[in-house]
Amino acid sequence: MSETVVSVKNLNKSFKGFQALEDVSFTVFKNDVFGFLGPNGAGKSTSLRCMLSLITPDSGEIEIFGQSLHKNRHEVLSNIGSIIEKPDFYKYLSAYKNLEIMARISGKKVSKSEIEDIIQFVGLEGREKSKFKTFSHGMKQRLGIAQALMHGPDLIILDEPTTGLDPQGIVDIRELIQKLSKEQGKTVILSSHQLSEIEMIANRLVIINKGKSIIEGNVDELLNSSQMIVKFIVDDPNNFVKLLEKEFSDITGLSIKGNEIEFEVARQLIPLINSFMVKMKLNISAIEQKRKLEDYFIKMVQN
Amino acid sequence: MLLRNTYNELIKILAKPRSYIGFLALTVLIAVILLAMKADGQNFISFVTSSFEQTLSFNGLILNGNLIAFIILQMLIVHVPLLVALVTGDLVSGEAAMGTLRMMGTKPIKRSSFLLSKFLAGAIYTFFLTLWLAFLSLIVGQMMFGTGDLIVLNSDGLVIIPESDIMWRYGLAFCLAYLSLLSIATMSICFSVFSDNSIGPIVSTMAVIILFTIIGTLDVPTFDAIQPFLITTHMASWRSLFEIPVPNSDIIYSVIILVVHIIGFTLIALWRFNKKDINT
Repeated sequence: MSETVVSVKNLNKSFKGFQALEDVSFTVFKNDVFGFLGPNGAGKSTSLRCMLSLITPDSGEIEIFGQSLHKNRHEVLSNIGSIIEKPDFYKYLSAYKNLEIMARISGKKVSKSEIEDIIQFVGLEGREKSKFKTFSHGMKQRLGIAQALMHGPDLIILDEPTTGLDPQGIVDIRELIQKLSKEQGKTVILSSHQLSEIEMIANRLVIINKGKSIIEGNVDELLNSSQMIVKFIVDDPNNFVKLLEKEFSDITGLSIKGNEIEFEVARQLIPLINSFMVKMKLNISAIEQKRKLEDYFIKMVQN
Repeated sequence: MLLRNTYNELIKILAKPRSYIGFLALTVLIAVILLAMKADGQNFISFVTSSFEQTLSFNGLILNGNLIAFIILQMLIVHVPLLVALVTGDLVSGEAAMGTLRMMGTKPIKRSSFLLSKFLAGAIYTFFLTLWLAFLSLIVGQMMFGTGDLIVLNSDGLVIIPESDIMWRYGLAFCLAYLSLLSIATMSICFSVFSDNSIGPIVSTMAVIILFTIIGTLDVPTFDAIQPFLITTHMASWRSLFEIPVPNSDIIYSVIILVVHIIGFTLIALWRFNKKDINT
């Protein structure tokens, strides 16, 4: 059994009558790259802000490293590095001065050489004396990551870390997160509204929508479960459906829109259905398959 | 952590261009007054003393550095608060607007320590601004106009303070001026905690000073009960030090009122900041 790093139970928060979080619960284990997935406004940032004591929840429990955040704020935050929403620094100060300021209150002793090392690690060497206001978005993000990592925290919380980055910047951040998890044994929580991003980086996830945690679990199990949603585009849909219902019993959620027939079925049945229909001389012009959770997430975002 | 963050706050204040506006404005204003006095000071003095010339004869260096410092203090003490609020009113709300409050809020520093370090940094800034005011008005004034006895006109008439009896009064006067400015600084930081934009607290501080000054000057019986408790009433208490004898009880009362305001604003700010959700 993996060691629990974060345990959030029944978190509730409302702002002037608006229920931003409703009984949000999830668990993050050591070494997880934990995806916090949800559409914009779902409550991801609010949950993360609660975990960093930026906002006080109305009720619920947050335990990090086995300690109550409320009772041991100083000890808990000393071991967390984070970027919430976007990295904002003092624009009239240099990158180095900004890091020095953050280091002084990081709860751990950070030497000058450690600051220089982290600047090098995020690829900002040569620009450390430049004022923050002259930085591009990508450079700001790198500086944000530098301040999150420089005191050597075990838990790193990144709120939509790839937003606004160019394709290379996105790849760099993904590689960095995987490096932090695999090579340095850090636990990473990252939020995103893109399923593909979470799928690429995270090993576990929780989906949040309208302030509620909908589903939590292993990314592979949740996304690549055997149940699929498949769409056949055929010339004779009525005949197709008649044969389908006669020969295959494990079909659910059947719907017909013109030449398109959509239904839920086990992954291994899709090629059998295809070959059967071909044998029955039915013309199939396309087959599209979606994973059930992916379909659910897309519908959730569309709503 | 408190001292480490106070150091951080001082670095931020030093790096912000607006922190120098106060020093620059004081320098320009006092330079203008000094040059005007150098050019036309005798006429100004003659105008003031003319009403007494039938009964008194004035000899010696009346227009001296001590008088110049008194005139400058009297002219500027209501304007310097704006220069203080320009920096202190921005200390919390400016960070909220910039987004850095969010970054700082995730660090393992107690919110009380974070806010108190801002108060300390604001107090240090105010101290140096007061020191600069003292240097320009008194030291530069004495260098340009020399020293001599101080003739002060107040509601009871003329008070003549011998040269040897002046400097301790100025020392205490600038301490009282500092205490007044500190109460304004804590008020603006307190307003700053309630706001997420940098202009609001500065404008609010000035609005309160203007409102209190108007209430303090209006001779309306309704306001008589509250006038003794207003900050602005006690911002002019430094003048009492240039009376003979010095009304010690009045000065102590002013100090108490100003200190109560400083403590009150600090406690309100701490209470609010500890509860504040950082949503910016």
